[in-house]
Amino acid sequence: MKYLDGPSSRVLAPLKFWAPRFAFALLVAATLALMVMGRFNSAIVERARAVVMDGVTPVLDVISRPVDAMADVMASIEDLSELRADNAALRQENARLKTWQAAAMHLEGENQALRELLKLVPDPTLRFISARVVGDPGGAFVRSVLVNAGSDHGVRLGQAAITGDGLAGRISQAGRHSARLLLITDINSRVPVTVGSRRNRGVLGGDNTETPRLLYLDPEVTVVPGDRVVTSGHGGAFPPGIPVGVVSEVSELGVRVRPVVDLRRIEFVRLLDYVHLPTDEAPAEGLDAAAKEIGATPQTAAPQTATAGGQR
Amino acid sequence: MRLTFWERLDLAARAVFPFLVTLLMVLISAMPLRVPELSTIMPPLALVSVCYWSIYRPDLLPLWGVFAIGLLQDLLSGGPIGVATLTLISVHALVLWQRRLFVTASFPMVWCGFMVLAAAALGLMWLLTCLGMLTFVSPRPLLFQYILTVAAYPCFSWLMTQGQRVFRPVD
Repeated sequence: MKYLDGPSSRVLAPLKFWAPRFAFALLVAATLALMVMGRFNSAIVERARAVVMDGVTPVLDVISRPVDAMADVMASIEDLSELRADNAALRQENARLKTWQAAAMHLEGENQALRELLKLVPDPTLRFISARVVGDPGGAFVRSVLVNAGSDHGVRLGQAAITGDGLAGRISQAGRHSARLLLITDINSRVPVTVGSRRNRGVLGGDNTETPRLLYLDPEVTVVPGDRVVTSGHGGAFPPGIPVGVVSEVSELGVRVRPVVDLRRIEFVRLLDYVHLPTDEAPAEGLDAAAKEIGATPQTAAPQTATAGGQR
Repeated sequence: MRLTFWERLDLAARAVFPFLVTLLMVLISAMPLRVPELSTIMPPLALVSVCYWSIYRPDLLPLWGVFAIGLLQDLLSGGPIGVATLTLISVHALVLWQRRLFVTASFPMVWCGFMVLAAAALGLMWLLTCLGMLTFVSPRPLLFQYILTVAAYPCFSWLMTQGQRVFRPVD
């Protein structure tokens, strides 16, 4: 036991030198392990994300309110200055919409008659969950927001999130009283859509820019700027006919779409409870089959055109 | 000398002040700003805070604290996990390695040092994000984010110095 009696620095000095380096190496190794786990969507990582989200959302809910109040004041000042112009524009739009309303009512009647003729399975009734956007934690490389409703309120993975204008994104993660909403501009977002009045199919793929790209379009299809892009309902995740955007650019590099929703300013969203229905006569499997059928048969696609046209 | 409950609480508050400030920075970065363009180039304020405390009070924001903050940021951001964690602990380690330089330097020199650190840190974040997503992510928002991050340093550094005066730990 003699060596312990010597100057303690002989033992402590190397320890003092190596301990922080060892700790650093250990934490780097731990982080790398977490990166691999996260890459394979480990259940533990997903659970941890949900817990953090649930913990942080109430705090963000409180601290984001003054920001919203400020933004509202700014917006109302902007609105005041444009009141007259807005009024005139709205009158014009109202006149135009009235003709559309007449067209939509006519089509709806026709639609109803055709559906009865075909004995089509009725579209699932939608249930809405309203939620406030409380956080924008994505940073430079992720386009997602946090909302203050979770599985306790009926929020589930994959639900579409819409605003008054159209599609904003889908739920990519649901906590108990919070959820993460992946915006349609995010690099991981893919939305099955149809383009223009001829309803050409495609997929809207985000790339972190403000104008997502149209992918997997039939090369023989001509798309022109101004064409409307709506959800197609393929895959069963989204109801068909939700406005998504307008084609803004067509070039050799691809077709770009400007979303109809101002994604950087959304304050409230409505989440569509589409697949999971509370009604007992239409179980989820039956609906999935119905949705597939609607997408597959050309005759039954006609009512969807009416929906898209009616919302124009 | 026996301390009263309030004195203990006071001591504890002083000791955890840097950690709490950094935590607050993570939350502020995650706030919805409703300002077009700003949300994508919002500077990672936790980086500013970790840098500041690693220079001036590394004893109060130790490596594991930085690790915890980074992990929280990663879990919150929804991006690949480990990006902020690895970046923040690397920044902490780098600052500690050159701490003597930082502590003795004047403020403009510290700021210059931060510019280099922030460039390296944002670059690393981008690289790790690409690796984590296994795809090429456009680095375009980085330039403006970098400018904002560098600009944020003096402001937050001043605020934290004021805070440090109030919550100076009793040695």
